Amino acid sequence: MSIKKTSLNNLHIKYGAKLVEFAGYQMPIQYKDGIIQEHKYTRSHSGIFDVSHMGQLFILGGDDLTNDLEKIFPADLKKLKTNQSKYSFLMNNKGGIQDDLIITKTSDGFLIILNAACKYNDYEVIKSKLDNKYKLNLDDSLSLIALQGPEAKNVLNKVIPGCNNLKFMNGDNFIYNDEKVYITRSGYTGEDGFEISMKHSDAETFVESLIKNGSRLIGLGARDTLRMEAGLCLYGNDLDNDTSPIEANLKWAIPKSRIETEFVGSEVLKNQFQSGVKKLRVGIKPDSKVIARGNTKIYNDKNQEIGKVTSGTFGPSVEHPIAMGYVDNSYSTVNTKIFLEVRGKKIPANICNLPFYKKNYVKGEINV
Amino acid sequence: MSEVKYSKEHEWIKLDGEEATIGITKHATEMLGDIVFAELPEKGSNVEKDGTAGVVESTKAASDVYTPVSGEVIDTNQMIVDDPSKINEDPEESAWFFKLKIKDKTEMDSLMNKEEYEKFAKEASA
Repeated sequence: MSIKKTSLNNLHIKYGAKLVEFAGYQMPIQYKDGIIQEHKYTRSHSGIFDVSHMGQLFILGGDDLTNDLEKIFPADLKKLKTNQSKYSFLMNNKGGIQDDLIITKTSDGFLIILNAACKYNDYEVIKSKLDNKYKLNLDDSLSLIALQGPEAKNVLNKVIPGCNNLKFMNGDNFIYNDEKVYITRSGYTGEDGFEISMKHSDAETFVESLIKNGSRLIGLGARDTLRMEAGLCLYGNDLDNDTSPIEANLKWAIPKSRIETEFVGSEVLKNQFQSGVKKLRVGIKPDSKVIARGNTKIYNDKNQEIGKVTSGTFGPSVEHPIAMGYVDNSYSTVNTKIFLEVRGKKIPANICNLPFYKKNYVKGEINV
Repeated sequence: MSEVKYSKEHEWIKLDGEEATIGITKHATEMLGDIVFAELPEKGSNVEKDGTAGVVESTKAASDVYTPVSGEVIDTNQMIVDDPSKINEDPEESAWFFKLKIKDKTEMDSLMNKEEYEKFAKEASA
């Protein structure tokens, strides 16, 4: 299979990107400034992320579709208003996570944003669970561009007026270059921001106009450090087929109204809600400057293995190593002393609250 | 006159009498990206040619630092432990890693000179 390129590939090269293969796509890991500067620029100004490799799955249908999707996803889709988004999961029968995703109700159905590495499998799973009753379109004619950071709303509003009226986890249709674009106020950095879905042919000029208005392209490297500081999970690292949303400490994404109802994995989840879980995702802060990366083993003070790190890096904004991982639930309390095995040495660390970096989501202009 | 040589693992080594100063090359820092952590060998310890003698980590990954010659560690550069970004800023001068009392000067013979290293680095990154 040949490596796919996004509509912004030429622009990545123009701005000096180091390109890597990610989920079958040639993607920028960083540009000339490097990960730390890109990370900080996003937190202080705004950053542009090419996320066109992610899946944009449109499903057309009415109330029947809503009912059928509730049998798959543990979200309260009946209560979702048009243009409202929810974070949810595609689970297996054991309650393990096949993908984490964002579902948005559109005027004629639903839009589901899927992880790049999972999207083709998700499509097949969802299609078969819906018994081929509805029209599904994993639309590869659209680019997806994220704009994140405190200046995102001002930058985007200059290019697409009106978008700063959107509230967090809400979307709407706008016009850019005489074409319809769909914008949601959401993101993956812990900052206020937007995700813009538009035709491939408009993506390059759109991104150039964001750059002219003071934003910069940001690579996957900084996307990873930004999401880790924000305590957000990366599928494949922090979430997988053997981990449930409860274990992942994402209980908040399962509304109480759905706990007693049926969906894929509901029995396991209901049981976990009642009896608790054995392992739990936690934030981890090493005492020293040593970085514990994914798969680092975690020990208690009696040298017994109690879990493992799933993501870890140096947090450029918090200026300290950060990590998250899974520990035996009895060690999940904040300030519990743990030890991380890095290069044969046991490095002391503490269980800490997530996120490492305080979120700056905007609930809408009125509330600011 | 001191002699500077280079290893295939992208370390530079400067020999002054019996004292060898070792660091990583500018080319290495460009490949690594922003360095956020450095670990150095213990002062007084002995290191063997081509053995691990430290670690550098970027935001992305950890990489071992090797010693191009054998010897006893007589000094380490605390500056780069306290502020690893100095390695990106000045890798071939002030941001040296450690100094050795060299055991066998003939170990220098197999290393590359500047011209050879530049050719090697260019080919490695092509």
